Amino acid sequence: MGDQELPGVLILGVGGVEGVLENHVGLLKKNFHLITMKEFLENKKELSEKIKSIFIFECRPTIDRGLLESLPNLKVIANSGVGVDHLDLKLISTFGVKVTNTPQAVSDSTADTGMALMLASARRLVEGCQIAVAPDTEHFAVDWLGVEVTGATLGIIGMGSIGYKVAKRAKAFDMKILYHNRNRRKEEEEQAVGAIYCKKMEDLLQQSDFVMLVVNLTPQTHKLIGKRELELMKPTATLINISRGAVVDQDALVEALQNKVIRAAALDVTYPEPLPRNHSLLKLKNIIITPHIGTATVQATYMMTEEAITNMLAVLNGLPIPSEVCLK
Amino acid sequence: MEEKELPYVLTDTIGGPHGVYLEHMEFMKKYFNLVAMKEFPENQKYLGEKIKAIYIWWQKPAVNRELLQSLPNLKIIANFGAGVDHLDLKLISSFGVKVTNTPLAVSNATADLGMALMLASSRRLVEGCQITVSPDTEQFAADWLGEDVTGATLGIIGMGRIGYKVAKRAKAFDMKILYHNRNRRKEEEEQAVGACFCEKMEDLLQQSDFVMLVVNLTPQTHKLIGKRELELMKPTATLINICRGPVIDQDALVEALQNKVIKAAALDVTYPEPLPRDHPLLKLKNIIITPHIGTATKQARWLMMKSIVENIFSALNGLPIPNEVFP
Repeated sequence: MGDQELPGVLILGVGGVEGVLENHVGLLKKNFHLITMKEFLENKKELSEKIKSIFIFECRPTIDRGLLESLPNLKVIANSGVGVDHLDLKLISTFGVKVTNTPQAVSDSTADTGMALMLASARRLVEGCQIAVAPDTEHFAVDWLGVEVTGATLGIIGMGSIGYKVAKRAKAFDMKILYHNRNRRKEEEEQAVGAIYCKKMEDLLQQSDFVMLVVNLTPQTHKLIGKRELELMKPTATLINISRGAVVDQDALVEALQNKVIRAAALDVTYPEPLPRNHSLLKLKNIIITPHIGTATVQATYMMTEEAITNMLAVLNGLPIPSEVCLK
Repeated sequence: MEEKELPYVLTDTIGGPHGVYLEHMEFMKKYFNLVAMKEFPENQKYLGEKIKAIYIWWQKPAVNRELLQSLPNLKIIANFGAGVDHLDLKLISSFGVKVTNTPLAVSNATADLGMALMLASSRRLVEGCQITVSPDTEQFAADWLGEDVTGATLGIIGMGRIGYKVAKRAKAFDMKILYHNRNRRKEEEEQAVGACFCEKMEDLLQQSDFVMLVVNLTPQTHKLIGKRELELMKPTATLINICRGPVIDQDALVEALQNKVIKAAALDVTYPEPLPRDHPLLKLKNIIITPHIGTATKQARWLMMKSIVENIFSALNGLPIPNEVFP
């Protein structure tokens, strides 16, 4: 069958709460012989040599030594999404397998999520919605206020593609934009969004009304924001995290929010996800948490699958790879 | 005494959850003596002649013929906020009294809220927050999706100061921007925000993914969006209202949302406010409603107060009045 001549791609499954989205299957089947984990486990003998690529969606399937050893012809693991902190890059590279991600597809939706969280937190939107529907609401109190986003200072930690798009959006709100990054951006890039470089993260923390985390999770950025950093922030400031939960020391954050060391937090990411139901963060009044929806749009998820496919085909056809993740 | 020389200004309430902010009093005390309505009936004769201005706070006090007749030296009614639909401008003008509002002070905060509502609705933020804290949540579902704001089409109905600021913000999200307004804006203004004029509101309704209402409430804009307009909108579109509740036919909106004629709505304003607790709008899943918080920031309210002080001061001292509203 023509289908068998196409390279095999392994996925966890289709549909439901953890499988590849049903309306993306057609995209994959155009270029690949789609093999689910269930099919593979039932027929390892025949299928193991056919699998040339793995498409990771929502961090699944889990890549371990056992799986890698059972796929002798595996060439590429293509991740849907930009963060690859769930992958053991060293291990994978010892098998001579390439890893790719999807930085283009995620950037607009994630930047939009950062802006949505900042606005929702500043204007107390979620709380407001609760008041609007609460059975005991008789009047709207006029002394119920949020804080202004227009004209405030936004400090962006991590000025990659996503951070830069956040800056572009924030500029339209006349925000003063500070940024901290491993490397400074070119002057023209800074000027285009009116962003000022802070070589020392401390300077950014001390001056910002909103601090937004947009870094990769690496050993260097693990617990980047801890007790010390939270204490450097203004007591009127808001912390927004759209990168990875582990970039923030969660215990320190709980304490800082409880003691009003900072005003509020807005998180799209935590560790783990979801948090245990009795976790302190879920009980605080000055926090909003969304269920990791940074790229949860019809458009972004589709583009992520497309970008992953492009990457896989490039590897399998010996072409330049658009977004390979290399070991540092 | 110096204090007696400052003009008297009447307002509804001072302090508490519904009154003029005590934090604002120190600034205002330099310019006038603020008198609350409850003091007024007791000292009507004495105060009636001294009151030169009314500071309207949350549409109160209600300005009727009786009140106007009892204030022979009233020169100006200064409204807190941009909307003056609660004031009978003709009646007030017949007493030779000027009316002012605070359009500049409200514009940033209101535009910001329009963007906040559009993003929150499109990305299902409120629903998402509920999932995160719900006792039944075990896993985050991969097939739970919202829609992108970036690259979508925003149709702005009412391109005054606030509408224009919304356009400026939306442009940074690479949105395609259409607008409908009584008057077309200058070409440079359109180009600066990439906005395309729709002479016919129908064209805007048919092409937009998000329709945002940013008009004044007048007899012409009352029920501007009704059954017909909702049916012209895309079934995938979202209606956002940051101006006044009566601009929308609320019954038609309930029906449209129930029958998925449009995808969703996000309202900062309704009529009345708050809605009765058994109102159908409060039960729908595809709507978010905020409690009229368009200007609910410390900064905006401070600027609004200062604008009122400036308006009153100018009117009482024969200076050009910054924000006069004409019938």
